[in-house]
Amino acid sequence: MNEVHTDTAKPRTIRQSTYRRVSAHRLAWSFFRVGAMNELQYRSNFFIQLLQSGLTLGAGLVGLAVVFGRTTNLSGWSRPELLVVMGVFTMIGGITNTFVVPNMQKLVEDIQRGTLDFTLTKPADAQILVSVRQVSIWRSVDIVAGLIVLIVALIQLNDSNDALGRGLSFVFLLLLGSWTVYCFWLILASSAFWFIRVGEMEELFHGLFRSGQYPVGVYPEWMRFGLTFIVPIGFAVTVPSEAAANRLTGSTIGMALAAATVFGFASRWIWRTGLRHYSGASA
Amino acid sequence: MASLYWMLAKTSIQIQFQYRAANYFYMIGMVVEPTIYLVVWRTIAESSGGSVGGYTAGTFAAYYIVWTLVRNMNIVFTPFGWEARIREGELSGHLLRPVHPIHYDLGSFMGWKVMAIVFWIPIAAVLSLAFRPTLNPSLEQCIVFFIAIWGAYLIRSMLLWVLGMITFWTTRVSALFEAYFMAELLLSGRLVPMTLMPGWVQGLSWFLPFRWTFGFPITALVGPISRTELVVGVLAQAGWVLFGALLVKIVWRRGIRKFSAVGG
Repeated sequence: MNEVHTDTAKPRTIRQSTYRRVSAHRLAWSFFRVGAMNELQYRSNFFIQLLQSGLTLGAGLVGLAVVFGRTTNLSGWSRPELLVVMGVFTMIGGITNTFVVPNMQKLVEDIQRGTLDFTLTKPADAQILVSVRQVSIWRSVDIVAGLIVLIVALIQLNDSNDALGRGLSFVFLLLLGSWTVYCFWLILASSAFWFIRVGEMEELFHGLFRSGQYPVGVYPEWMRFGLTFIVPIGFAVTVPSEAAANRLTGSTIGMALAAATVFGFASRWIWRTGLRHYSGASA
Repeated sequence: MASLYWMLAKTSIQIQFQYRAANYFYMIGMVVEPTIYLVVWRTIAESSGGSVGGYTAGTFAAYYIVWTLVRNMNIVFTPFGWEARIREGELSGHLLRPVHPIHYDLGSFMGWKVMAIVFWIPIAAVLSLAFRPTLNPSLEQCIVFFIAIWGAYLIRSMLLWVLGMITFWTTRVSALFEAYFMAELLLSGRLVPMTLMPGWVQGLSWFLPFRWTFGFPITALVGPISRTELVVGVLAQAGWVLFGALLVKIVWRRGIRKFSAVGG
């Protein structure tokens, strides 16, 4: 009797677990498709975004031109190397604004209004759900724009040493950096479980993120520490840029990995602690 | 009218004072921008023998610390807000009031400014400790600076009001706004002191409002600036205030005819 029971129970647990894992991927994919299709209805937004990206990038380039009108290197970074940083900065900004920020804004709104209930009752991991619900597909124009700047900068650098290794470590570190920024945003958004006005906190991060347009090495010691370990801009922008510009040391990759892991666990923990704090308001 | 302004300012001070922490977050986020510029230019000044374009590490620090106060004075009702006002019919309520609606924005943001200055003092103190500014203005410069920051506030309030009112005619305005802000960034002295810009950019900036609302108040305090330049600056501001008021009047009168709202 007992044996029969375990026999029937076993395949079921296996089937359940495989079912669940597939559904997490498919969940993200179908949310992405619906979100993208929703945004693709508004074609004119593409042109507005194109113009906006062009303006921002133009201002950045003018800034660089003014700087390099007066000097030939900034704390050991040459002009094409800083152009690499600007490309990566724009790419990371694009990735964040396309995939992360819209989700986190919705999450904050849901916490404040109590509408997070609808997400919590769904049979999937809530963190995954709240992280894949939205996508601002037009913001990805910045990813492309950043990539173009990066390519131009690499042509100017004209350094083909270990191109494959650099390329691979660049892609890896870019993904790792995006992950770290996502974790940081999740921590920020989770603070809405305790605080009422989070808009200003987002403003704060947007402000801090701007410092990524220059490598963190430019800043004084005390700022560099904050921009690396508290707000992970160093890992998100400077480190992938170093990989692309061939300035990377092996220990930096290890540190980036460690930071990504720590931020991953920390954000998960804060999210879950916050969730326990959530009382559902009035929905 | 004065009592209306007083009421509005007082109410907005009380509202803002409730959100001290939020206001600080906002301010710290804002301070990052000038800090980036400051760090970059200080590095350049030091690596090119102490000064670049007449600025030393100390005067760059002074420039960008005063920048933070002037930036606060430059925050006014955003043109993006007009979209909500018009689309959601919020403007209907404003129309019922007995005075021109711009006074409500001017009054309540004025209260916010008082708060902003109070919150700003500790931030300026921290920045001064970190970056050691060289700042020794004359009494004359201080007086002009005080006038100039309020002049800047008035000019920018009115010009952005006019810009926002374009929403009366078309709702596709965000790109236009962005372009305006980008021009402002480059032509106002926000990115770098205007004297570091190429000659033709400096020349162009004389005929646009941007430098009078940003670069002029800063250099009025930080210097180097002659008495003539101080007078010219104040006169230019007065001219732009008049022009702005006129523009607000004309555009408002024409725009409001286009306005129709459901509810609100």
